[in-house]
Amino acid sequence: MRECHGIPGEFTLEGRKGWCLVSSEKHTDVQKRPQAGFSRRGFIRGVGLGGGAVGATIFQSTAEAAPPAPAALGPGEVAITLSINGKEHKLNVEPRLTLLDALRERLNYTGAKKVCDRGTCGACTVLLDGKAVYACSILAIDAQGRNIQTVEGLSQGSELHPVMRAFVNNDAQQCGYCTPGFVVAVKAFLDENPKPTYEQVKDGLGGNLCRCGTYVGIRKAVLEAAQARR
Amino acid sequence: MPEYKWPAMNARRVMGQPLDRVDGPDKASGRAKFSTDIKRPNMLYGALLTCPHPLARVRSVDVHEAEKMPGVRAVDVISGPGTEIQWAGTEVAAVAADTYQQALDAVRRIKVDYEILPGHLVNEADLGKAQAANRAKPAGEVVSGDPDTAFKEADVVSEGEYGIPVLAHCCLEPHGQVIAWDGNQAEFFATTQAVVAIGNDLAKGLEIPADRVHVRQDHMGGGFGSKFQAERWGLAAARLSRAAGGRPVKLHLDRRTELEIAGNRPSFFGKIRLAAKKDGTITAWESTTWGTGGIGGGGLSAALVPYVFTKIPNKRVNHTAISTNCGGARAWRAPNHPQVSFLTCAAMEDLAAKMKMDPLELFLKNVQFTARPEVYAAQLKKAAEMVNWSKNWHPRGEGGKGPVKRGLGIGIATWGGLGHNSQCRTTIHPDGRVEVELASQDLGTGTRTVIHQVAAESLGLRVSDITVKIGDNRYPVSGSSGGSTTVGGVSASTRKSTLNALEKLFEIVAPALGAPANQLEAVDGRIQVKGNPAKSIAWRDACKKMGVSPISAMGENDQRNPMGLIDQGVGGVQIADVSVDTETGIVKINKIAVVQDCGLIINPKTAESQCLGATIMSICGALYEERIMDDQTGRFLNADMEFYKLAGIKDIGEIEVHLDIAPHHDGRGVIGLGEPPVVPGIAAISNAVANAIGVRVPRLPMTPDRVLAALERRKA
Ligand code: FES
Ligand code: FES
Repeated sequence: MRECHGIPGEFTLEGRKGWCLVSSEKHTDVQKRPQAGFSRRGFIRGVGLGGGAVGATIFQSTAEAAPPAPAALGPGEVAITLSINGKEHKLNVEPRLTLLDALRERLNYTGAKKVCDRGTCGACTVLLDGKAVYACSILAIDAQGRNIQTVEGLSQGSELHPVMRAFVNNDAQQCGYCTPGFVVAVKAFLDENPKPTYEQVKDGLGGNLCRCGTYVGIRKAVLEAAQARR
Repeated sequence: MPEYKWPAMNARRVMGQPLDRVDGPDKASGRAKFSTDIKRPNMLYGALLTCPHPLARVRSVDVHEAEKMPGVRAVDVISGPGTEIQWAGTEVAAVAADTYQQALDAVRRIKVDYEILPGHLVNEADLGKAQAANRAKPAGEVVSGDPDTAFKEADVVSEGEYGIPVLAHCCLEPHGQVIAWDGNQAEFFATTQAVVAIGNDLAKGLEIPADRVHVRQDHMGGGFGSKFQAERWGLAAARLSRAAGGRPVKLHLDRRTELEIAGNRPSFFGKIRLAAKKDGTITAWESTTWGTGGIGGGGLSAALVPYVFTKIPNKRVNHTAISTNCGGARAWRAPNHPQVSFLTCAAMEDLAAKMKMDPLELFLKNVQFTARPEVYAAQLKKAAEMVNWSKNWHPRGEGGKGPVKRGLGIGIATWGGLGHNSQCRTTIHPDGRVEVELASQDLGTGTRTVIHQVAAESLGLRVSDITVKIGDNRYPVSGSSGGSTTVGGVSASTRKSTLNALEKLFEIVAPALGAPANQLEAVDGRIQVKGNPAKSIAWRDACKKMGVSPISAMGENDQRNPMGLIDQGVGGVQIADVSVDTETGIVKINKIAVVQDCGLIINPKTAESQCLGATIMSICGALYEERIMDDQTGRFLNADMEFYKLAGIKDIGEIEVHLDIAPHHDGRGVIGLGEPPVVPGIAAISNAVANAIGVRVPRLPMTPDRVLAALERRKA
């Protein structure tokens, strides 16, 4: 694996280089949803560090889905094309730019939020070919040729997506900062689990965190949205 | 003057309805713009350089190389030569560049020469160590009654040690701003709990008149007490902007810095002794507590202990503030209350356990020592009923045969919540539009929504007929959102302002309805003669009669004269039901019953959300959150979201909220609700764990290793 060009942030402590899991050579994806009984949280609990939802979603290399390795890129800018919500965007980016920064700072898709910038909190969740991923943990250059869907792409004009409607109905948001990430994660979850049980909802959304504590509303919203989609 | 009092409970049409949050669609769809989402023409990106040492003196800061880096437009030195750094994470310099990545690259080229100073202290759990290091400042003993005699004569004396660590606010939207300052005017896109005060603070820092700062904020991503000031990074961003010719600069903290310096809650450690009579009546309290809020130490008002049971007749209180080289504490949702509730309620349940008494009975026995005995007694009984206490409670440690033990525990709260001073302007336009303006802010609590509901109620309209404008310091001055004071303040000022405007409209339409203005009322989109829908005129037609000029009227809430619209003082009780796996040490929340005293509830839906969210925050504090400082390096080891842990959607069990919506509460008027429900949860969960496993887990959070260690001690 070639050396990572680095994700914005501070790398000076505690061996944080270990976070450079994202390489521009091998496509790194994020597993869609945590499996019950096999989550990082479970692991951490097992080793006695305590519980708490760290991003239960785990990184996973999906070699079979990887595009062919590009020639050495950077450190200067390269021209890329991103397909976002069905629209092609051409832009020049440094290879180190994350998909999240490209979306937020270069293209003004600000629905996905940057909170941990390390694949833990889910605030930056977008869909890549229909699967929920953490946009902070994918390089923009690696998102080429993939179908990127952001929260902005889920609603049609002022018409809310059923998941969003359910969030509103169940007051599944307070400050709203984690909300777009949750909405996208819920959409992906329901695509895979159209008829989830309450227990599956709790297991399936461990990859997103909320500080205001909106989880009770979110659980209800997921069940309501599942009903509405039927 | 119109009669401002709230309509009778059963006469309300919009207030009291569980309406959807008005900005819900914007938030759920990602359209809502936060400070971090703001983009301005020609905007630059800022990044901070912070100090990695907890105690050091800056010898020099060399920015020459940084200034020459590609894209760099300005560099600002925040802590110049000679500055003494007192905690790691202190802001040293800032850079503005065309892109964020360029700004970070340039920050890495700044060379700072530090003289590392000896003697930093970052951990306070060991009081003796802090005293030896000369970092402990006793507040002085406070004694009332005769505790010595009371302890001597007591039937039972129980003792315990407890500790609750420093927590970080960890707002998901980091602190920071987009700011443009040309040396004269500043445009300030903030993330704040105080659109007015933060502008004044910035103006002071920049030494310009306050009216030259324009603060704007539509939405903000969480504050919890940490977002009131313009901050050093705000002033640095303003200077960067000015140095770059007034180009806007966007600078928000990265997650490590956010956790390190942008706010935390003080720790409390303590030894507590209680004396009681055989029947459970507490006769004396003695506490020796210590804690830290950073370099300043951090105090604890002796009046706050024992918590809620303040009238226990004999007490001795000692608190010691420990100065540590850590980022400073800030107000944290109900400052000091959750910690002190934990110390008090844990000591009480330990006393009950020692006496082999049902703690519910012990709490009930002692409500006489609270300011509101009937309220607390009723709440304790209600919460007990919600968890089926009489069936599910068992004496401490008798939680069943298998490895998983179940337990129940009680926590208690009090809070003020009197509405702050607030001004509101209502404008009714000739085309029927209504605008309500206040320089307030919605932290996610639902402030925008309740203002809509109060305005719609007063004017006989629907929520969708009203435009509420907040989040701009050019609107009429309204208070900061701290202390659960917002809902009272804005509802009272909105009520008055809308009724004042309506009175003017009544005067205009009175001739057409052939009745005096004071005989009119606004109901269901019409203005009519009181009780006589036959003599009425539609709202729009009434407004047309204004001609071309709109009606505008102010309304003001003055804390000193609540006029029956608002009140203060609420109690709350929570009971936690947990299961503890004694083989793994994992604590699972089964249920938390939340009984919250409240005044008049404007929106039961958002009010319930406050209770739910606050309770979830308590779960985080009881089981997961802790700032871990490294003695050697003096750094915050888990300043990220991987190891600074928050509860996830699976970790919260079921939460049942009982808001006591009843005429006798309603009659008190509106009382703030953001803080009180965050208080009792930690105590309740800690007590439930002790009840389950038969031993107190003295230090929070109750991570598996601590639970297992407590079980080991019990066996030993
Ligand atoms: S910002 Fe991407 S997971 Fe937290
Ligand atoms: S709603 Fe505020 S962080 Fe989730």
